[in-house]
Amino acid sequence: MPDGFSAGDTAFVFICAALVMVMTPGLAFFYGGMVRVKSTLNMLVMSFISLAIVSVLWVLYGYSLAFGPDAGAGLIGNLDFLGMRGIGLNDITGTIPVTAFSAFQLMFAIITPALISGAVADRAKFAAWGLFIGLWVTVVYFPVAHWVFFFDGGNGGWLGDRNGVIDFAGGTAVHINAGAAGLALCLVLGKRIGFKKDPMRPHSLPLVMLGSGLLWFGWFGFNAGSALAANGVAGMAFINTQVATAAAVLGWLAYEKIKHGAFTTLGAASGAVAGLVAITPACGSVSPLGAIAIGLIAGAACAAAISLKYRWGFDDSLDVVGVHLVGGVIGSLLIGLFATGHVGQTAQGLFYGGGFEQLGKQAMGVAVVGAYSFVVSWLLGQAIDKTIGFRVSEDVEVAGIDQAEHAESAYDFSAVGASLGRAAAAPTAEKKVDA
Amino acid sequence: MKLITAVIKPHRLDEVKTALQEQGVHGLTVTEASGYGRQRGHTEVYRGAEYTVDLVPKVRVEILVEDETADEVIDVLVQAARTGKIGDGKVWSVPVETVVRVRTGERGPDAI
Repeated sequence: MPDGFSAGDTAFVFICAALVMVMTPGLAFFYGGMVRVKSTLNMLVMSFISLAIVSVLWVLYGYSLAFGPDAGAGLIGNLDFLGMRGIGLNDITGTIPVTAFSAFQLMFAIITPALISGAVADRAKFAAWGLFIGLWVTVVYFPVAHWVFFFDGGNGGWLGDRNGVIDFAGGTAVHINAGAAGLALCLVLGKRIGFKKDPMRPHSLPLVMLGSGLLWFGWFGFNAGSALAANGVAGMAFINTQVATAAAVLGWLAYEKIKHGAFTTLGAASGAVAGLVAITPACGSVSPLGAIAIGLIAGAACAAAISLKYRWGFDDSLDVVGVHLVGGVIGSLLIGLFATGHVGQTAQGLFYGGGFEQLGKQAMGVAVVGAYSFVVSWLLGQAIDKTIGFRVSEDVEVAGIDQAEHAESAYDFSAVGASLGRAAAAPTAEKKVDA
Repeated sequence: MKLITAVIKPHRLDEVKTALQEQGVHGLTVTEASGYGRQRGHTEVYRGAEYTVDLVPKVRVEILVEDETADEVIDVLVQAARTGKIGDGKVWSVPVETVVRVRTGERGPDAI
């Protein structure tokens, strides 16, 4: 290995990459528990399919577009690394192999589109969803990751490297990006049948808790791993992640108790995710006390924000907007207030003598990524809807999407009426059952 | 013969079963049920959305008895199911024309 290589840092980043990977199945459980029984499997596999599609695209061209040398103006990487060619075993970035960095960043690219699926729960055609993931990472995620995460001494991405927008671990590239796309898609697909009329209770809060626990666990890899080294910045990001999340649970529960009279389990799980989202961009630039403040604000604000969909009438089924977009915006903007200047990054926020400069930069990052993601996602959604159709038929939606799209059901409540046969009942299922 | 049907609180089922056995009732059928009477349901909150759950879980107990013991069985059943709080349920009986034991083909009171 060349000079500068660190086995410790490399081992740390690989473990973090694996931790981030487990967030996607964690997200699947978090979302899966929140939907009704009849669409549980669809919700689980909408996240899982992202692991499959994005991994392949990442090697083909995703890594090159996001982290290849800049093709001009900090907007997109070039095609030098198509198929990951040209990356040698001894090539390092910082102190770790490029292969380790690529694997770590791949996991971010996987979970981001999976986050969007919560906005379209219960009503998207699975093939249309898969197509959307492939197109969306290509024209939205890979470029935005380049803008925010690609550093090349001032010649890298235009937001992060050239304009000083701070996004330590993905507040803009991951959460605002996914949240804005979720808003666009739920507008394209329309409301679920029975929205605001029928009860749409979560079918399994234990699954939700399992999922949010896995997310919290994996998020240490997400945030601490973004230091790309086993060092003090990683340590600070780790502790900030923990305390901000804890504070957000308390913030959400306090809001709920005051407003609705109960401390709910779903509120605790949701508060944790809101805190994790909000601290993601900030965990490398604020102190643990700043992290607690960010968590409390995000927990209470996201709890308040989720009622917007009822007030404004857009059916963001599982609150991707209320949790990820709002949480991401809060975390990104609060960097402009709480950045201390000597945690991992030198920029100072308003409360630490830095004036309004950093706040302005953060606001620009929020606005640019949010607007780009919303507009392009809306166009992609419309294009898919006008061609192969994005939404399942009314009958399928009422009966439950699991049966029609996957020829399966999540739970076997009764054996009555079931019989064993070579040919499955649904003609679409027949092809999938391999005798 | 009479068919006695009781819709009761699920947690009283064991007491009802024991009391009926002591009374000499040989068999019963239990079904999970849900419903409401004067008892109101409850409210659940999920991310601020409030749901009124008005169908409350119940069990439905069905017993076949001879005419002359019906009133006594109903009394025993009611006593065992009672908690004194709202939502304890209902018991009613209807006349039955025919009963057949499937295994032997016996009919009438012998089949109970």
